[in-house]
Amino acid sequence: MSVPEGYYFTEEHEWIKVEGDVATVGVSEHAQHELGDVVFVELPELDEEYDQSEDFAVIESVKAVSDVYLPMGGKIVEVNEVLLDQPELINEEPYEGGWLAKIEISDESELDSLMDSVEYTAFLEEE
Amino acid sequence: MDYISNTPEDIKKMLELIGVEDVEELFSLIPEKVALKDPLNIPDELSELELKKLAVERAASNITLEDKVSFMGAGSYDHFIPSIVDHMISRTEFYTAYTPYQAELSQGTLQATYEYQSMICELTGMDISNASLLDGGSAVAEAVSMASRITRKKKILLSKGVHPAYREVADTYGHPISLELKEIPLAGAVTDINALAEEIDEDTAAVVVQYPNFYGSIEDMRKIKELIAAQKKTLFIVVTNPIALGLLKEPSEFGADIVVGEGQPLGNVINFGGPYFGFMAIKDDRKLLRQMPGRIVGGTKDVDGKKGFVLTMQTREQHIRREKATSNICSNEALNTLIAAVYMSAMGKEGIKELAEQSMKKAHYLANKIDELEGFQVLNKDNFFHEFWVKSSEPVSDVKKKLFAEGFLAGVDLSCFEEEEGLLICVTEKRTKDEMDALLTVLGGEK
Repeated sequence: MSVPEGYYFTEEHEWIKVEGDVATVGVSEHAQHELGDVVFVELPELDEEYDQSEDFAVIESVKAVSDVYLPMGGKIVEVNEVLLDQPELINEEPYEGGWLAKIEISDESELDSLMDSVEYTAFLEEE
Repeated sequence: MDYISNTPEDIKKMLELIGVEDVEELFSLIPEKVALKDPLNIPDELSELELKKLAVERAASNITLEDKVSFMGAGSYDHFIPSIVDHMISRTEFYTAYTPYQAELSQGTLQATYEYQSMICELTGMDISNASLLDGGSAVAEAVSMASRITRKKKILLSKGVHPAYREVADTYGHPISLELKEIPLAGAVTDINALAEEIDEDTAAVVVQYPNFYGSIEDMRKIKELIAAQKKTLFIVVTNPIALGLLKEPSEFGADIVVGEGQPLGNVINFGGPYFGFMAIKDDRKLLRQMPGRIVGGTKDVDGKKGFVLTMQTREQHIRREKATSNICSNEALNTLIAAVYMSAMGKEGIKELAEQSMKKAHYLANKIDELEGFQVLNKDNFFHEFWVKSSEPVSDVKKKLFAEGFLAGVDLSCFEEEEGLLICVTEKRTKDEMDALLTVLGGEK
């Protein structure tokens, strides 16, 4: 399983990609594989603010229902509404079309607590 | 119930094993003020024969609604129950209080629940009903915590016109999840709109009003909704009496988001306060549906295209979501909702309307007459459904005693809820003009 560069990861297998003040959030290839076929996604509302590690979305697959935790605290500025009709995008392209939300980051230093792609690859191998 | 004997030797062993001195220590967490200090007033040993005799004697001191003419309401209502209700629910196929665990195997049970849900939707004007909750109080509490989850806010405004016991249950549920429950005072017998306007803000998760309220009065729903609509997220929770909806405008017309209430008036006997059931209905909104507690029965088609029923939206529930479930009190009251479904079918739309009309007309007759009596005043005589609030110059307890001696259960003494004084009198379609006139005669002369 290849882990793309430029993304940061949590131990719960969420990813975040920071571009300036805004970051995009989703779940990793590993996460989608563990979840199985995704059938429903519950997305947060715009302008809602969440702390780091707070659950902000729910992914429902044929196997399980899981909370998704925000890798860094921030305000929701965009949600991927395409997922409401095509939740399978999370399985098909977890790092691209399967993104969940975009946030305005509240504290950049929180990035330090996350794993980069090299660390995450090592983490996956350990698991 | 089975009798399981514990010899003193058994008890000693068990206490030793868990490291407790004596049995009393097991109850040490019970607050002093509610703990029973004296032993129960029962003889030590009785033979089975003696015990039965004693039980029959004691049971005879119960008063039933057949013995007295009841004007009591306050959440439990004495309506006529057609005999078809008992007949239908006594069928052995329906003998379980729960949704069966292999639910889809029991298509009949699911169909009954589905029809119950459909009728609740029709009565309330809402789009989606669950399969029921424990009772009116827990339905209010569940609605309140649901609103908090949806809005991610903690502040809940509860009108003091909501049944005091329901507010207490909401507080019990709300405490561990840090809900901030605030009560909105009454102005007369209805919610103080100005006080509500002052308290409501963008942090308010929900406003809860009862319609008709605890004192029988009809709230100004339009005004209340206006205040709620001015906030971006605040939800409108309406507690209602399903029978009253035969006559009143549906809560959906005032933009209610969640409608809950006590289902007992729908064909369920009063008993000693239960088992009853709570109903909950919401408008068709994804956020609301995902957060609604309780089971939901849905209609579907099988592989051959035949109509069938299934439990649906189960990912909200605790067998899948565990501690993240929308509710961890997942009992519904299937037998009680079955009663309600049979009752509603038997009464029909027109029947429930007529029932509501009769109850209201009779209640208004009695209220007007009582208001004319020396020493009595009806506080909400211009605005109520089938229950009204009476103040008397004589102490309420004396009035009740006097009426009791003459064969009447006069009403509910409001002082027992420790908020207001007076007598809450309810009139259902079962009361006759003769009964009401007899009550008036006991109460005394005109002003």
